[in-house]
Amino acid sequence: MQPQNKSELDVVFAALADPTRRAILARLASGEATVLQLARPFAMSQPAISKHLQVLERAGLISVGREAQRRPRRLEARPLAAATAWLEQYRQFWESRFQRLDVVLAGLKTKQKKRTRAIQFDGGKHDTEH
Amino acid sequence: MGENMTQNTETLKVMAHGNREIEMTREFDAPRNLVFDAFTKPELIRQWLLGPPGWSMPVCEVDLRVGGKYRYVWRRINGNQMGMGGVYREIVRPERIVTTEKFDEAMYPGEAVSTVLLLEEAAKTKLRQTVLYESREARDAMLQSPMESGLAASYHKLEQLLSFLDKEGTSV
Repeated sequence: MQPQNKSELDVVFAALADPTRRAILARLASGEATVLQLARPFAMSQPAISKHLQVLERAGLISVGREAQRRPRRLEARPLAAATAWLEQYRQFWESRFQRLDVVLAGLKTKQKKRTRAIQFDGGKHDTEH
Repeated sequence: MGENMTQNTETLKVMAHGNREIEMTREFDAPRNLVFDAFTKPELIRQWLLGPPGWSMPVCEVDLRVGGKYRYVWRRINGNQMGMGGVYREIVRPERIVTTEKFDEAMYPGEAVSTVLLLEEAAKTKLRQTVLYESREARDAMLQSPMESGLAASYHKLEQLLSFLDKEGTSV
């Protein structure tokens, strides 16, 4: 996928920064919905939801259906995919580093255990007092 | 050889907050004093903070005190080199490390500030690392550095979109 122009991506990330808007997108991923349907789970006024929807629409993350009465909102996958791919690339890179770190830590833990055991055998100290 | 790691519960999560910040969270199966060591001792850093395959890390210098400097250099087989470094701003063993960071050939102005937070629970460590860039351009440029762009990515499956969305935002 071609990276989108940067300011476009920026608008997408700003839109995704809000948890309500992420929840709206997650809801729309399972099918289109009207403003009323979207507002219901959020205990939020319709104007408040409409504001969030405007942000999402401006970012190109959702579109509005034609039907005059319902005007259902739909998820637009493309900009979301670009944003996710961008993060995923970063994630993959760091995950490969952290998997190596897992191995390093496992080694350190083993060493520490051996050391603790050695101290116990040598010192024979008991901290259980009665 | 080629042993596969099955540590699904420890998978890294990455989120972008607003325009300038990236946050990573991950769990490690070790107490945090060990994780802290792995982040601050050169002989340990060298073992994991590597680049993609084909890159080595010939330079790893750490002066672990507030105001002290660190410097990392990675080198590719073909001779390409990439360096970065910065200054330790805060060191609270074993839970917090704040550093500035800047790449030698940064395509963006200013430094980024990295905060590593280590929380221990039942002998496991939760890592939360945030990098705050000076500008949006800086954050975006980061992903286009030679190292990152060497990793071709083609992940636009819907499941991934959804797992990204499903994450309960710890966003501020």
